[in-house]
Amino acid sequence: MKVSLFITCLNDAFFPKVGEAMVRLLARYGIRLQFPELQTCCGQPAYNSGYWAEARTSAITILEAFEDSDFVIAPSGSCTYMIHHYEALFKDNPLLLDKALKLKQKTYEFTQFLVQVVGITNMGAVFPHKVTYHPSCHGSRLLGARQEPMDLLANVRGLELVPLPYAEDCCGFGGTFAVKMAPISGAMVSEKVDHVIETEAEVLVGLDMACLMNIAGHLRYRDEPVRVMHLAELLYEGVRGA
Amino acid sequence: MSRQDNAAGSVKARADLALNDEFLRKAVRFTTERLRRGKKEAAEEQGSWEEWRERGRQIRLHTIAHLDYYLNLFADNARANGVHVHFAETSAEAVKISLEIAQQKAAKTVLKSKSMVTEELHINDALQAIGVEAIESDLGEYIIQLAGESPSHIIIPAIHRNRFQIAELLSEDAGMPLPPDTSILAGYVRKKLREHFLEADIGMTGCNFAIAETGSMVLFENEGNARMVTTLPKTQITLMGMERIIPSWADLEVMATLLPRSATGQKLTVYMSGITGPRRSEDADGPDEMHIIIVDNGRSNQLGDPELQELLSCIRCGACLNACPVYRHIGGHAYGGPYSGPIGAVLKPALQKNVAEWDDIANASSLCGACYEACPVKIPLHDMLVYLRRRKVDAGFGDKAEAAGMKGFAAAMGSAKRMKLAVKAGRLAQKLVARDGGIRIRLGPLKGWNTYRVAPILAKRSFREQWRELEHELQAELKEQKPDVQARMERAIREREAGKGGIGHD
Repeated sequence: MKVSLFITCLNDAFFPKVGEAMVRLLARYGIRLQFPELQTCCGQPAYNSGYWAEARTSAITILEAFEDSDFVIAPSGSCTYMIHHYEALFKDNPLLLDKALKLKQKTYEFTQFLVQVVGITNMGAVFPHKVTYHPSCHGSRLLGARQEPMDLLANVRGLELVPLPYAEDCCGFGGTFAVKMAPISGAMVSEKVDHVIETEAEVLVGLDMACLMNIAGHLRYRDEPVRVMHLAELLYEGVRGA
Repeated sequence: MSRQDNAAGSVKARADLALNDEFLRKAVRFTTERLRRGKKEAAEEQGSWEEWRERGRQIRLHTIAHLDYYLNLFADNARANGVHVHFAETSAEAVKISLEIAQQKAAKTVLKSKSMVTEELHINDALQAIGVEAIESDLGEYIIQLAGESPSHIIIPAIHRNRFQIAELLSEDAGMPLPPDTSILAGYVRKKLREHFLEADIGMTGCNFAIAETGSMVLFENEGNARMVTTLPKTQITLMGMERIIPSWADLEVMATLLPRSATGQKLTVYMSGITGPRRSEDADGPDEMHIIIVDNGRSNQLGDPELQELLSCIRCGACLNACPVYRHIGGHAYGGPYSGPIGAVLKPALQKNVAEWDDIANASSLCGACYEACPVKIPLHDMLVYLRRRKVDAGFGDKAEAAGMKGFAAAMGSAKRMKLAVKAGRLAQKLVARDGGIRIRLGPLKGWNTYRVAPILAKRSFREQWRELEHELQAELKEQKPDVQARMERAIREREAGKGGIGHD
């Protein structure tokens, strides 16, 4: 059985530790993640901005990289959901459309794979810190990954989970939106950070590094010392410390 | 500020105005929060909300798919009830028909109840130009009419103003100081409007739903003005978007369940009026003459358009505005049209066939999907925003710098090899600007980002550069796979092959 890591370009280039944590966590359950090196980016930045030809160029690498995988696991709800848009992106190319539909069926966001497919909610992690959780929009709204991260966090020993006020409100990232409509995006991330600080949590955890990079960037801009982590990193740190 | 000023400048300039207006942001936040909380509670209390949404969606999809049939049925039945039915292809035509009726009746005043379609047509200005006074009877509309503004929310037109600002406006109108007390202010307007109700020549309304099977039109409201407007004046004009149709009264039950709950969190609106033709001899009141003007004004652009047809399903509840984190910060005037929020960001370009005239509004969204989640008829507004962006790019009106950037993106992401090179080049470049593991310069594409954030730096070694080492180390770490894990994964594959998508898959 071939279980593949879809690292996503952002994690590949900026946050490789997230991928490492996923690989090492799954190894504990005998799941050996493969890394098909043909993959680049899912194409979302171009797709969302309206540049579909450019999005296709990038998306084709994903279709090819994972063609013979049985499962494809990504540390991002947004990049996972982008695969669902391939149906629209490749609707005029029957060959690629077929590949796109197959890929959609076997691609999972990390926590949904863990909880729904493998059936793990308790990884035996210990993380004695005050933590708050930001549900990223695409993962929670479009993929429905709402309960999975909650279950995983609930089973971490020593972890105190503080609810994030207005958690479901977007952090303001939105890809190129953050650059094109910078003041609006800035107002959104500023409100998000206000709420994170309100919780007095030491750690902000989430399932999507793009959103977390946005929030972390504004936290740092305001010199707020909240640590920002992907849930995979938190769990891996937690099982190593256990 | 005149009505035109509300739409002046670029989307960004208007958004900046709003972002620097703390009163506006606070007022918008306060009311949208109250409304979305109300909606959430009402939906939970209703139970099986998702089923109601799906029913609502199906009714709207069916009606729009057969819109020509239902429109004709509606028009025939309304005419049989004695209504004058007019079709207007453009806003100019709708205005012309309305003015002709006003002139024919030698009307001096037109009393209006809240109608978004008349905002599309700028009918108040047109009436004024021929010497007819248009008076808004809805409290919110009355306030913005005094202020010379357009509505900044589909159902709460004066949402951007707090009660102190409203007291100031109304004090000026009254010629005496009024306290910022909501019930006193409403009382003042009520008293003032009473006089108008009795003397108005024409009543003008919008239409929430038009019932095809009986040719009736239905109005939802809380203040009771629409009922006054449709009973007291001798002549009534109803302006309705051509998509307001539903087939039957049975369908109205579903809509009456969805609309008030989605709009304000109410189980029912205070007044729901169904009007079937002008006054009959046995009726106690009602207009002697009734006109319904069915307005296209760009709506038929969406008919037969697989990406945007569902836009015609909209029931104008405003739930997407209340859920939207962008609207929350910039309010409605930043959208530069009668409709604001996510639905406005889609409608504004979609109603305008000429792509060259589209502004930047479809870009003012993070595509978070809160609008779709809030929508009682499940319109995928977040997807439509992407389609509109693509159409603008395809028509050659994309931003030049962005287009160049996307060419670069495709070049780098077209192959893993080139991506690796691009990341390496990035690492070299960042050496010049990175300090303490972050980048703070506000130049080029980093300007927007770094005005509000510190940018992260590329990792010393990317994941793919570490992979071989990591893979080697894992040989030792890999535990034996438990049979139940293996079995669960095999089952997931079997279910997938049997056509059952499973979690996260439709």
